Amino acid sequence: MNATLPHFLIISAALFSLGLLAALSRRTAIFILIGIEMMLAAANINFIAFWRMAPRMPEGADHSGVMFVIFAIAAAAAEAAVGLALVIAIFRHHRTTKVNEINQLKG
Amino acid sequence: MNIFALIIISVVVLAGALSAAFLPRLVHATLAVILTFVGVACMYFLLGAEFVGLVQIFVYVGAVAILIVFTILLTNPEEKSEGVNWLGILAAAAVFVGLAWAITNTALPGQVPEVEPLTVKQIGDTLMTDYVWPLMGIGLLLTAALIGALILVMEEKE
Repeated sequence: MNATLPHFLIISAALFSLGLLAALSRRTAIFILIGIEMMLAAANINFIAFWRMAPRMPEGADHSGVMFVIFAIAAAAAEAAVGLALVIAIFRHHRTTKVNEINQLKG
Repeated sequence: MNIFALIIISVVVLAGALSAAFLPRLVHATLAVILTFVGVACMYFLLGAEFVGLVQIFVYVGAVAILIVFTILLTNPEEKSEGVNWLGILAAAAVFVGLAWAITNTALPGQVPEVEPLTVKQIGDTLMTDYVWPLMGIGLLLTAALIGALILVMEEKE
């Protein structure tokens, strides 16, 4: 039996939900970032699955799906670097990385 | 495309993601995340996008995971178990049910088309012709992110 497009989409939806769960239920800022990374990975699976499974255009191969994933991975790497630098900067001021203890701007 | 390979890979991916959401020790959770990223790379291999799978392993397992481990060891966060966040579980389950409903109710192509494999030369050609401006933009973004991360963690002068 062959794996088809809906299988990949269901798995990527499950991975997206688990990433959302990690982002919502973790208290540590680092793991909220990791949850966001997992949601990005789920979106990338969708790109690659649609690139592979979609009916081919008559005028030849189209690599947009792969290109989108390459750019998304580069943007995600930049986001992780800046996010973790922010975590370290916050830790230096507050000696904690728990997001529910960093509430200075709360009215 | 064998469905058994997909089942094994998806069990690894989803178990890793679930452990990343719930394991109390953060270093263990990081290892679970690495497992998830390797599984996602295997899924790319299964779909015939070998270059993207290798990029995924290099960038996520090689760079982002190491960065996360460094941050955990530098900040030493202790994660106390604060009970189960039922609202988060409810939100995630609602999102999954909505997405699954949308997927099962959409007419999607059910067969796998035959394609010639995508070579790295083709990817490079496309990057240098059709996608050259996005490539420049991502280079600018990475430079800005590098400088921004350095400025954020630089020691402040008294």
